Amino acid sequence: MDFALSDEQKLLEQSLRRYLAESVPATRVREIMATETAHDAKLWRDLAELGAAGVLVPEVHGGSGLALLDAALVQQSLGHAAAPAPFLATSVLGPIAFAAGTPAQQAEWLPRIAAAQTVLGAAFTELVHRRDAAGVRESNGRLDGTALFVIDAGAAAAFLVAVDRARIALVARDAAGLTATPLATIDATRRVAELRFESVAPAEWIGGAAGVPELAARVLAAGRVALAADVLGACERAIEMAVAYAKQRVQFGRPIATFQAVKHLCAEMIAELEPARSLVWYAAHAFDHRPEEAVAMSLHAKAHLAEIGTQIVRTATEVHGGIGFTSEHDLHLWFKRVGLDRQLLGGPEVVRAEGAALHGW
Amino acid sequence: MDLSFGPEYETFRAELRAFLEAHRERAPRGGIVAAGGSKDAATLAWQKLLIEHGYAARTIPKQYGGYGAEPDILKRVILDEEFARAGVSAGVGGQGPDMLVPTLLEHGSEEQKQRWIGPTIRGEVVWCQGYSEPNAGSDLANVQTRASEDGADFVVNGQKIWTTTAHLADMMFGLIRTEPNEGKHGGLSYLLIPMTTPGIEVRPLGTMTGRAEFNEVFFTDVRVPQANVVGRRGEGWKIANTTLKHERNMLASAGGLEASFARLVELMKSETRDGRRAIDDPVLRDRLLRLEARVAAAKYHSMRMLTASLKKEFPGVAALVTKLSGCEISHQIAALAIDAMGELGVLYDGSKHLRAFGMWQFQYMFSLGLIIGGGTAQIQKNIIAERGLGMPREPKAA
Repeated sequence: MDFALSDEQKLLEQSLRRYLAESVPATRVREIMATETAHDAKLWRDLAELGAAGVLVPEVHGGSGLALLDAALVQQSLGHAAAPAPFLATSVLGPIAFAAGTPAQQAEWLPRIAAAQTVLGAAFTELVHRRDAAGVRESNGRLDGTALFVIDAGAAAAFLVAVDRARIALVARDAAGLTATPLATIDATRRVAELRFESVAPAEWIGGAAGVPELAARVLAAGRVALAADVLGACERAIEMAVAYAKQRVQFGRPIATFQAVKHLCAEMIAELEPARSLVWYAAHAFDHRPEEAVAMSLHAKAHLAEIGTQIVRTATEVHGGIGFTSEHDLHLWFKRVGLDRQLLGGPEVVRAEGAALHGW
Repeated sequence: MDLSFGPEYETFRAELRAFLEAHRERAPRGGIVAAGGSKDAATLAWQKLLIEHGYAARTIPKQYGGYGAEPDILKRVILDEEFARAGVSAGVGGQGPDMLVPTLLEHGSEEQKQRWIGPTIRGEVVWCQGYSEPNAGSDLANVQTRASEDGADFVVNGQKIWTTTAHLADMMFGLIRTEPNEGKHGGLSYLLIPMTTPGIEVRPLGTMTGRAEFNEVFFTDVRVPQANVVGRRGEGWKIANTTLKHERNMLASAGGLEASFARLVELMKSETRDGRRAIDDPVLRDRLLRLEARVAAAKYHSMRMLTASLKKEFPGVAALVTKLSGCEISHQIAALAIDAMGELGVLYDGSKHLRAFGMWQFQYMFSLGLIIGGGTAQIQKNIIAERGLGMPREPKAA
């Protein structure tokens, strides 16, 4: 029995956190998010150097060949830094999709993912549900329709696209008939977009034109665990900031951290966060080692972290008082990061309804 | 991360299962929870059998009547899991075996260990805990029950409250002010008091549940030998804190939450409104899934804390939050059960249409008691903030 991170995992986390603290402070995050694509090629290459970009890429293709728990630790570190990096689509959803691909597809794409030589976007929202009549259909080998809330679309050179809610196509950004329109969200650290398909010929299918039945469930489960991990990291940061601020801010002649009203808010945040961390670890572990529980646990992790994350970033803002409401203060970066994480690939009610259906309830 | 137990433990589990299968008819009835206090022949015989096989008092040294095994947290976990799974009594529990015995092993004199541990783990001597007082609740060190010296004895006067099983107990372990000049914390001693001593009066304390799970205990010139102090005089606060640690872990077990959640699911599948099952109501079902995630988080959190214990690592603030969240989840599970039943959920006291003997209302109210007991939620939050997050204490009132 060993329900803990390994020494290698702790080392990976430490080296990432050290790099991000030094090289991607909030001032740098703000510079990157002010650019059109919110993409920093150097940051992305550095993440490859640190073994993060290829964390899920098999070693034969130049990656680290690790598991979803390791990827979750990377995502958590990125959430902690509010780092603009296309890790979720490129380095989590990409390798998991390509695991169902042909050897040729793997040989073409996986080494480039591990080396941060490409960026992928993921159009998977319609695997969950359709809003504004979105959805991409295939007919006579051509794709038509729209995909909404495409993840990491800013600098993506190609998109993984859910087609007819079951199959996954790979489409180049410059494919004829494809238009990508950025969607402005509250969270400027990552870019989502709308893709419009007008008789687009897909570059290729992942898992064959007929699709692999398990593939959609698998990419959704991994994506949801990663989003839960991102919330976890963001909340760690929000709590650190709230506690540090409360210790330093003086009112009524003493640090506000001495007031029980403030202390209890901080205690409530950490009391929610720590068991949630254990849940995220287990959900990530189950993805690779307990397949019969993988989907159910990914749903629990996604929904639960969305709930407690929303409460934590709100509470952290209240602990900061007025300063936490200003644009100048950095806290809102994490408030908004959690806001987007909560809705991507299904908000908590949507995800819980899936969980109930999975139980047969 | 490796969640398997390994062959040695699977053997231990298999033997335990075989034992429970073979002997379950001899176990006293009434489920796995041993509240303590019952001294009927079946309970004592069952406890004796469990100790002989190493399934109770497992790590208590042989010279004190235990089984004498090395402490092994995983075997402890397997014991809890398998007794729960079989629905068989895990033997004598309660504050004597669970709180006093570990305290005596750590702080007691050889004579005290010889005298008390054996009869306590066999279930022959029942204990109650005398900590809280009317003016020593959250501010527990404010104990006012005092002992004055008279020859080789102490003479005890005062009052304790919230004393579970006091009406059944042979003995009390309590915090008593023996050193009036040594300040608030330094003036307390940890004293063992025979409940049959003249001058002790036990009155049941009714609670909102309609039952009397607790008592008040009054002391009027109660003579107790000074030799009954555990550790040294004035060390009572330190010693009591080691026992409280055991209690806080006892109050919030993840296995109990899972079992309670499973009962809730069964309830929501069987209760109907306008012919529709409660579990088919999307709002109630959503609340159910919310709770399921919380129960899962508590379960894996306890595995994480277990791992830290195995590695002898201190998990920091993560270890301080279990009581706060565990008791709250138990309360929320009962709250959803009541809402799923609606008007049926407020029936009580053997009413017509009553479900499960009123268990859910009892759990709803009693778990509120647990949120308050053993250190209120607000005191827990102070501890989490101060010890866990390093936030400064409130300045002392001028």
